[in-house]
Amino acid sequence: MAGSASTPKNLDLPPAMIEGVTSVADWVIVWPIALPMLGAAVLLMARKRPEWQAPFAFVILLATLVANFMLYMRVQAEGPLTMTMGNWLPPYGISLTADALSALFSLVSAFILLIVVLFVQSEVETRENKYGYHSLLLLLLTGVSGGFLTGDLFNLYVWFEVMLIASFGLLIIGGRKIQLDGAVKYGFLNFLATTFFLIAIGFLYGLVGTLNMADIALKAPQVESGAIYAVAALFFLAFAMKGAAFPLNAWLPASYHAPDPAVSAVFAGLLTKVGVYALVRTHLLLIPQSHAQLQLVMEVVAAFTLILAPLGAMAQTNARRALGFLVVGGIGAMLAGLAIGSPTGVFGLAAYAVNSMLVMTALYLVVGLVERMGGTSDIRKLGGLYRANSWLSILFIVLVFAVAGLPPFLGFWPKMILVQAGVEVGNFWLVAFILLNSILTSIAGTRLWAHIFWRDGREGANSEQINERIRPLTTRAKVWGLLPAGALVAFIVVAGLVPQPLFKAGATAAFAIYEPAEYVGSVFGSLSAAEE
Amino acid sequence: MEIALSFLIGLFFTVAIYLLLSRSLIRMLLGIAIIGNGVNLLIFTIGRVTREVPPIVPSGEYAPLETIANPLPQALILTAIVIGFSLFAFLLVLTYRAYQELDADNTDTMRVAEPEDSPRPPLSY
Amino acid sequence: MNTVIFRTVAPYLAALMVLFSVFVLLRGHNEPGGGFIGGLIAASAIAIYGIAAGVDEVRKALVFHPIAVAGLGVFLAAIAGFMSLFVEAPFLKGLWLFLELSDGSELALSTPMLFDIGVYLVVVGAISSIALALEEDEETR
Repeated sequence: MAGSASTPKNLDLPPAMIEGVTSVADWVIVWPIALPMLGAAVLLMARKRPEWQAPFAFVILLATLVANFMLYMRVQAEGPLTMTMGNWLPPYGISLTADALSALFSLVSAFILLIVVLFVQSEVETRENKYGYHSLLLLLLTGVSGGFLTGDLFNLYVWFEVMLIASFGLLIIGGRKIQLDGAVKYGFLNFLATTFFLIAIGFLYGLVGTLNMADIALKAPQVESGAIYAVAALFFLAFAMKGAAFPLNAWLPASYHAPDPAVSAVFAGLLTKVGVYALVRTHLLLIPQSHAQLQLVMEVVAAFTLILAPLGAMAQTNARRALGFLVVGGIGAMLAGLAIGSPTGVFGLAAYAVNSMLVMTALYLVVGLVERMGGTSDIRKLGGLYRANSWLSILFIVLVFAVAGLPPFLGFWPKMILVQAGVEVGNFWLVAFILLNSILTSIAGTRLWAHIFWRDGREGANSEQINERIRPLTTRAKVWGLLPAGALVAFIVVAGLVPQPLFKAGATAAFAIYEPAEYVGSVFGSLSAAEE
Repeated sequence: MEIALSFLIGLFFTVAIYLLLSRSLIRMLLGIAIIGNGVNLLIFTIGRVTREVPPIVPSGEYAPLETIANPLPQALILTAIVIGFSLFAFLLVLTYRAYQELDADNTDTMRVAEPEDSPRPPLSY
Repeated sequence: MNTVIFRTVAPYLAALMVLFSVFVLLRGHNEPGGGFIGGLIAASAIAIYGIAAGVDEVRKALVFHPIAVAGLGVFLAAIAGFMSLFVEAPFLKGLWLFLELSDGSELALSTPMLFDIGVYLVVVGAISSIALALEEDEETR
């Protein structure tokens, strides 16, 4: 009977329910998931009111952002926060647990989605005709926040699937041929990745008899059997596929350029990071003994991803496909942080993830505007956009520097921390790869910039010839497109110039991962309180 | 019993992976369906095959009176079946639409998003 | 497929199936059944009716778009979780309300039931929208 075997202290069954009251303040962990879910449901019902969709989604997202912010402040001040569903005591009930890492990622996700929903308004067609767009965006945020905030491994699988279903819907909305093509590849490969995750969950349950993350963190280190390493390897396979690390990255550049630019932006900002987050959770918190065994694999995967992704970006003619490869390159840097595995490494990983979420979203938004002006994302046909819209070109070059990690932009600091972490543990060749990635990424990024903005005309045109494809942005596109993208870039610049908040957030997040006692305590704390 | 089930799971995975390696989307869909069932069977087996007594607590008692079947793997399988079913339905519709629109049920001929003869990137700069 | 017999029987069959699905839904908490399986039965009823009478007819009979029905289901399920906000218990706690009926029997209302109704609606909405989309496609060929 696995049920009683997984009780942390031998309890009678009747007090398997929480006694005493749960403070309303603890609900702050439910709101970041429940608000977008409720919003998505209401918007699905209000399908005959297209004019309500955008304002309602905006209000819901604003409320979600506030809830996330409150959760983050609470976690910063008081440490991890747990609520176990349905009045059951952990590990019987499903726990939601927020520590500094998950609260930070959830907060940034909500912020990104808020910006993107504003950006979506620049596309008239989207707002009025494409029914379901806003509710799917909210559903996607539900899945992402749920994935970050859950404290139960199987529940994490469920949130992955929620995310997957919402992203399927967003991928094919509009129904162009290229979208169907991209969605087939995205669908099959991501479904396989979650299936591997489910297999790993099954084996882990067989080994430790529980699925509550805190409970696993208590029990998994005591498992003697070598099978636990196979489980860890399966987790690595599944989440590396989710995070699009080389050589499992094929689905990302195949699909991310297919949907609307705004949808690409959300995907690039959020989806792969949930995979990385799950890697950190499973390998450093749940099965910490596996890290040493898998370190070499992680290092090799990180190194290949770091180098091959920017090279892939250079070989693209489609600007958005090139950006897809840059997303993969960022995953390589995060994997390097995971492979180093020291607190400084995880610090770098968390900071880099925040940077990558913000910067990649902004890059896709800017390229979305470029596409609107040039009517294509083929960089051979673009050119001379600097003359047409100098603001856009400034935004783009700033983001290129940020993604490549040049000072003083946001991307520099996480890379610096990662390099420092690598030097600390004496892993110099990984450091070399991180630096090489910066060089290659800046070449790939500035090449894009030079082709799209700097040169005068399209491919083969002489220098006086003005690119006749380019149309100026409409007022609507300027207000709803350029302003949100510009605001996001301004935020990135300010965050790069004043990096202390990022340092603090990243450091507390890394610290939280290396303090499993606090995480476990927050889950089972209510248990000991009930006993006293 | 567990050993027999293990062989069955192995068989499921063998068939599923063979089908998934095919280029035809219909075969891949069948592979997805079979691998889903294989995983469900795996979770069932891994929760230990116990006596087939339903895990129901008699009224007036707090705990079941005899050894019961482990309910957790069954709950997990139920959830996995539901999710797998809905995703399978979605993929089926998607493949069907892709077949209609792209006239391709073969991954080799499905090259709209990644054109085979894609032009080389410009070499200036 | 679309014979006279089938077309005559289908409306009655569909009505019976919907009735049975509600029965399965309501007995679900303590006996085999529940929202998911009930929803599947109802969705099959809608699909059968769609094959027999045509998709337009079904859409007219349903009044609401299937996806809107699914949205209502998600909403109800989430609301079921929020009920516990008022009794200072964690999210999704099962709350029960026993009503004494005039004939002495007892009617049990609960948030798990509300949740199950939500699941039922989600399944009906999502599956029938997929089924109807496929049938519509078949008709236009």
